[in-house]
Amino acid sequence: MMPSQTAVHVHGLRKAYGRTVAVDDVSFDVQSAEIFGLIGPNGAGKTTTMECVEGLRAADGGTISVLGLDPAREGSLLQQRIGVQLQEAQLQKRITVGEAVGFWASLHRHPVDGHRLLEQLGLGDKRNAWFMTLSGGQKQRLFIALALINDPELVFLDELTTGLDPQARLAIWGLIRGIRERGKTVFLTTHLMEEAERLCDRVAIIDHGRLVDVGSPSALVSRHCPERTVVVTAADPGAADRFRTLPRVTAVVGDGPQLSIRGLGDDFVTDVVRCLAAHQIHVTDFRTVSPTLEDVFLKLTGHGIRN
Amino acid sequence: MLRGLWRLTWLEIKIFVREPLGLVTTVGVPVLTFLVVGRAVAGQMQRAGSRLPAAVSVDLPVLGAVLIALSGVLSLVAIIAIYREGGILKRLRATPLRPQTILIAHVLVKLAITATTLGLMILAGRRVYPVGPAVPLASFAAAVLFSTVVILSLGFLIASVVPTARFAQPAGAVVLYPMLGLSGLFLPLDALPPLLHGLARLLPLTYVVSLLRGIWRGDGWPAHGGDVAVLVVMCVLCTAASARVFRWE
Repeated sequence: MMPSQTAVHVHGLRKAYGRTVAVDDVSFDVQSAEIFGLIGPNGAGKTTTMECVEGLRAADGGTISVLGLDPAREGSLLQQRIGVQLQEAQLQKRITVGEAVGFWASLHRHPVDGHRLLEQLGLGDKRNAWFMTLSGGQKQRLFIALALINDPELVFLDELTTGLDPQARLAIWGLIRGIRERGKTVFLTTHLMEEAERLCDRVAIIDHGRLVDVGSPSALVSRHCPERTVVVTAADPGAADRFRTLPRVTAVVGDGPQLSIRGLGDDFVTDVVRCLAAHQIHVTDFRTVSPTLEDVFLKLTGHGIRN
Repeated sequence: MLRGLWRLTWLEIKIFVREPLGLVTTVGVPVLTFLVVGRAVAGQMQRAGSRLPAAVSVDLPVLGAVLIALSGVLSLVAIIAIYREGGILKRLRATPLRPQTILIAHVLVKLAITATTLGLMILAGRRVYPVGPAVPLASFAAAVLFSTVVILSLGFLIASVVPTARFAQPAGAVVLYPMLGLSGLFLPLDALPPLLHGLARLLPLTYVVSLLRGIWRGDGWPAHGGDVAVLVVMCVLCTAASARVFRWE
């Protein structure tokens, strides 16, 4: 029996298409009421992993448990309790928004009020519009509505914001946080590092079908990219040498007056500030640069997220 | 067991009717053609009365019925391919719907459209075409719908293997229409060379034509038990085969 706070348990998942191994020995857990992100470049195996968990694909090996159910055998039962948004899915061109929500509601035992859901998602006035007439953002909001129609315990969102403009993306992030605030679990995939960093409580990095690491974005950053950088612009020619004497500094590089000082630890920035004050070094610019998930990804995989 | 089947069928019928060309080509064109041609030759037909050759009095309605069934099947092949390419099939599958419910709904939609077209043809035809009182129309309609189900199962097999939506309709036409040539409608089966005769025996349309001709003539179902049995077996085989090779995406 697995603990009740684990929404998804995946162990040793393997899936191949012919000779191409799409997912290889992937294991992770998704906790209840968290936003969990599977991140990696296109073709890394994110969607395959997610679709195995949803029960849409049969895994070649490994065990999967979703809300205590086996998605391969208890798919129909599982579909009553989860909400699914698929990457690049479409609906019938000439189905209306209201019909889609009404039909989806009819498939579930305890649907929420479809009209209210559409209002909340800003689609109240689109009830009679055909699917083909909706904008990209409206389509995605409709798919969120369909994923939430059964008041699911666990929601799957596959590349939800891909192809949306920044404003629509920001609005959708707000909606996803709202889902978590209602105590639901969100399992999403994205190839946008900024999205993962700003939205996810924990992320799993996947590359070439293998899981590289799992943790909160900040934990992954401090684990793999602990170095921070202070960039100063100082005319003083002796400044670089003074910084090099600081114990937590690992490197000082720069051309001309602009210096990048790299160092480790929480006190590193304070050390630099103290050094500037003690030696009365005159600076015209000062900023700190923290590594991001993008840097973590680059370090762990040896290539950038967008190849 | 088939939760959501009626709602989905009704939804798909509404969506089909909204397609501007869908209704016109599958229902409108056959009925209109029939009316126009019928009006042109009605006089001759009425004068000829019971002396009409069998090729006109029996085979023409059978051909018409088979063409209606085939156009329904082609439209099924196209819709399944379009739904697969657009990810609609996959989206519907990620619901509590059972996979077979999604496909059965499409079969029901096509049957409803075939039945509608057939009904309109019979209504329109009463005025121009001298249907003898002996022709059992209800029985004939049932035979056409039964035949449509059999050909639809073959349509699913075609829809399972066509690679893209653009290719679906021509691929279906290339498989289905040549069958008409060997079905016995244009040439008697016995007049075919042995090889083609053997091939004709393997094709469902041969049995469909034999069944429809017989029912139209008033033979009754028991006389065509063999045709029905072969068609049922073919339907089961095609359904089983497409269940194995059907792709949802």
